[in-house]
Amino acid sequence: MSDLMNVSSSPHVRSKVNTSNLMLMVVIALLPASLFGVYNFGIHALLVILVCVAACVLTEFLYNKGMKKDQTIGDYSAVVTGILLALNMPPAIPLWIPVLGSVFAILVVKQLFGGLGQNFMNPALAGRCFLMISFTGKMTDFTLPSGGFGNVVVDAVTAATPLANVKSGEGTVDVMSMFVGNIQGTIGETSVIAILIGAAFLLFMKVIDLRIPLTYIGSFTVFIAIYSMAARGGLDMNFIAAHLCGGGLMLGAWFMATDYVTTPITKNGQLVYGCLLGIVTAVFRLFGGSAEGVSYAIIFCNLLIPLIERVTIPTALGKGGQKS
Amino acid sequence: MGLLTFKGGVHPYDGKELSKDKPIKSVSPKGDLVYLLSQHIGAPAKPLVAKGDRVLAGQKIAEPGGFVSSPVHASVSGTVKAIEPHLTVTGAMVPAIVVENDQKYEEVEFSSVEKVEDLTKEEVIKRIQEGGVVGMGGAGFPTHVKLSPKDPDKIEYVLINGAECEPYITSDYKRMMEEPQLVIEGLKTILYLFDNAKGYICIEDNKPDCIKKMEDLVKSEPRIEVKALQTKYPQGAERSLIYATTGREVNSGMLPADAGCVVDNVETAVAAYRAVVLGRPLMHKIITVTGDAIADPQNFAVCTGTIYEELVEEAGGFKQQPEKIISGGPMMGQGLFSMQVPVTKSSSALLCLTKDEVSANKETACINCGRCVSVCPARLVPSRLATFADHQNEEAFVKWEGMECVACGCCSFTCPAKRHLTQSIKSMRAMVLNNRKKNA
Repeated sequence: MSDLMNVSSSPHVRSKVNTSNLMLMVVIALLPASLFGVYNFGIHALLVILVCVAACVLTEFLYNKGMKKDQTIGDYSAVVTGILLALNMPPAIPLWIPVLGSVFAILVVKQLFGGLGQNFMNPALAGRCFLMISFTGKMTDFTLPSGGFGNVVVDAVTAATPLANVKSGEGTVDVMSMFVGNIQGTIGETSVIAILIGAAFLLFMKVIDLRIPLTYIGSFTVFIAIYSMAARGGLDMNFIAAHLCGGGLMLGAWFMATDYVTTPITKNGQLVYGCLLGIVTAVFRLFGGSAEGVSYAIIFCNLLIPLIERVTIPTALGKGGQKS
Repeated sequence: MGLLTFKGGVHPYDGKELSKDKPIKSVSPKGDLVYLLSQHIGAPAKPLVAKGDRVLAGQKIAEPGGFVSSPVHASVSGTVKAIEPHLTVTGAMVPAIVVENDQKYEEVEFSSVEKVEDLTKEEVIKRIQEGGVVGMGGAGFPTHVKLSPKDPDKIEYVLINGAECEPYITSDYKRMMEEPQLVIEGLKTILYLFDNAKGYICIEDNKPDCIKKMEDLVKSEPRIEVKALQTKYPQGAERSLIYATTGREVNSGMLPADAGCVVDNVETAVAAYRAVVLGRPLMHKIITVTGDAIADPQNFAVCTGTIYEELVEEAGGFKQQPEKIISGGPMMGQGLFSMQVPVTKSSSALLCLTKDEVSANKETACINCGRCVSVCPARLVPSRLATFADHQNEEAFVKWEGMECVACGCCSFTCPAKRHLTQSIKSMRAMVLNNRKKNA
């Protein structure tokens, strides 16, 4: 018998799920929203997505190379960040802006804090917020490029998103087209149905669970409903539905609030986090300067995670007082 | 009836089909037998024989070194060749009595009784101790201690653990299929000690034939029921089993008896019956020799003290070069670097795998996915605990309930980043216990 047996402490077997195939499933789940974005806004949207992914992966690759670290691009997390960032871009954005955002997301937000698992904010959203602050005009300009061959049917002159219309009280708001996605907005956020298809896939594959998305959307709905009753004199269903389907809420709730790294690890903490997100998003949207609130709400709540975890340490088996 | 279960747990590949359909085969040891003086939790046993002495099968060759201790019996007749340290599955050297087998299998005379009711309760416990019976699910806790709670009248449930949730192992299953009556007699022996207790035989539902057989046999037993459990690892861990069957929760500071429960493995019950009624001490074990590297996986009834290597030969040797050999199951077993170790009272399986999944999977960064939290049967946060362990942060480790870990391995199994969570937590736990002992 050979003396070259492997010896290690138990357990000696491992499940087949690993980081790469989890991230790959998220990539697959983002495909419906991405494809709809391309269908809706045209080929430039596809370019934005490809450029973001390439920039994110390349940044991580070069950083690892330069810092003489193990190569980590194989875990596909940079691809996920790239797609998410792209889906948060206006369709007509000049390509150098998403490239800058990608580099910021991967280099500053992720790698400088220790790489995957160590970033305290969602890199894609931090990248987006960085761009929003730096290039507010370009990032909120939803006008399609002249001669664009997109499918958008809304008024291209005002170039306002339906959510902005809700806020300003001007223009038309058609909830049905918001649900399908034939509206103005960032590349990936417009189609609720495409996002839900991807989310259903993630739920089915057990990549995410319902805790965060449901508490997020639930508490958001409750807050909006209360506001509607208080400020608009009754339950305005159209108003509530427009808030649910509009802006980045769906994309945020299903794909960004569920980002593993930037969510509490405790189960109760995830419920608290979801509720907080809903409330903060509603506050930002209703009382903030911009019609949008999801991105800032998520990165703000990301900062609260250590606190949330500290107060939601689960009760161990047998430590909750004897029941008999 | 709904299936009973606990919160958490995992579903590893179970590999039981390799060995479950073959009958138990008795094998006689060829070489020397090695009886470790410490095959149980508690004080080591003290040898009663010297080099050159002749011993008989069933003869007590070492006496308990305290109350929480257990005697050791020879399983063959022969001559004591040496009393010297010998390698164990953990890699430690432990004092052992080496007996040269004379192949005659002469036995001492055993004092049997007609039925357990002919004895007093004290006599039953005495006979269990004298029989060297220890917990055979793996821990090797002396059974007579377990069966002597402060207040025996407060025991409401005697749980016979036939879950066998560890992948690959089929020894308990084979015992229940081939000699179910022995298991029931074992349970009745234990129930005799606890007037207010009901007996549950707990079996996972991946063994429907076994559940059926047991149910038919206990129909006429008013105090005994069969409980079908959901197939999920670690259903057979003591605390999980108690929670699944009674809804009661036991933490690390409690004994099962504090929740009115006594849990004994199938084999332990059989050994208790043999020791009490037949007067025969623990001399044999059923060992599953299996894994994809083994030519003919099956279950063997072997003498305690048999060297593992003989069992591999008995199973047709290796059909492929194994990369990893494990004593016990893949979730909680011990990796072996040598097969020159003896079968002890709590051995259950010898698993030879052609692939080592541990070294094949590189550890990467934690992505905070929370899968370890979902699967932890003790409801802990393994990812954080492992970090505290790596930082040697004892205070935070204890605050986050690290001491409640039962080392079942679910977190390491499920971790997509392939982090060695159980391993970190286990070693930190040992360190904290050590520090407490030092400061006590």
